[in-house]
Amino acid sequence: MKVLEQLEKSCQKEKPDSFRIGDTVRVHLRVVEGDKERVQVFEGVVIKRKRGGTGASFTVRKVSYGVGVERIFPVHSPRIEKIEVVRSGRVRRSKLYYLRDLRGKAARLKES
Amino acid sequence: MSRAILGRKVGMTQIFDEAGQVIPVTVVQAGPCVVVQKRTAAKHRYTALQIGFDEIAGRKLTKPVRGVFERLELKPQRFLREVRMSAEEVEAYKVGDTIKVSIFAAGEYVDVEGMTKGKGFQGVVKRFHFRGANQTHGTHEYRRHGGAIGCREDPGHIFKGRGMPGHMGHTRVTTPNLKVVKVDADQNLLLIHGAVPGSKGALLFVHKAVKHMAKQGL
Repeated sequence: MKVLEQLEKSCQKEKPDSFRIGDTVRVHLRVVEGDKERVQVFEGVVIKRKRGGTGASFTVRKVSYGVGVERIFPVHSPRIEKIEVVRSGRVRRSKLYYLRDLRGKAARLKES
Repeated sequence: MSRAILGRKVGMTQIFDEAGQVIPVTVVQAGPCVVVQKRTAAKHRYTALQIGFDEIAGRKLTKPVRGVFERLELKPQRFLREVRMSAEEVEAYKVGDTIKVSIFAAGEYVDVEGMTKGKGFQGVVKRFHFRGANQTHGTHEYRRHGGAIGCREDPGHIFKGRGMPGHMGHTRVTTPNLKVVKVDADQNLLLIHGAVPGSKGALLFVHKAVKHMAKQGL
């Protein structure tokens, strides 16, 4: 089993970006368009973190033109350049699914 | 060069490729294997290499098998298997030579053979993907049955290949055309794209993909 663990370590980021559930983050993602590469930013609230070694992921939610958009990113993806924490919110649960049913003023989170 | 190697399934994980894409991989501890015997056309009427894998203490083997290794002055191996290959390929090896993962390279295609996990005695729904009967509408003790199995006096027998309940799994299966993602020669590891038969720790037979090679004209 040690073999697997070592292998998984080798394809994980040494220092994963630190952010918490409820934080508003800006995810800088490298995208390839044709033969060009550019950085795309996705800003929203982290509503979920999934653990699981190399397969760990997190979900960011934002409301774009009145439509809720959620994106799931692998934590260890080499395509994520950096993750900026814009604001950190105070939340009392680990999965913020209730935000999906709220919009506008009600969907705000208290800052911590 | 040998076309095949023996290994053990370590488990599955996922890695990122250069493009940042997630790839599911099976990790196989492959080799090193030792050549124990050469089967030649002159003596055995076919050509093959007998290779051994997984060193163990000699006392764990039966005396006749242990004797084979003692006579050849080789370290005892848990598994012995034969790999069919052409006379020239057999000629390239001596008894006692080791076969390592380096016979494979990243990007190549391989077939992986192994024993699937045993599922025990299973019904037709799990074993042959039958649909079973209605769950409702008055069904009485007939939800996961297979239905009728044949006709009447004509033809008077059940056709061959009829799916019925029985033992499932623990059969030798080949998963063809899997891509080698990475070869770690130092640790004797093979990273293969996708799933392979068997449980963790199971013995696997990895060889170059027969059909893929045929397509390439090799």
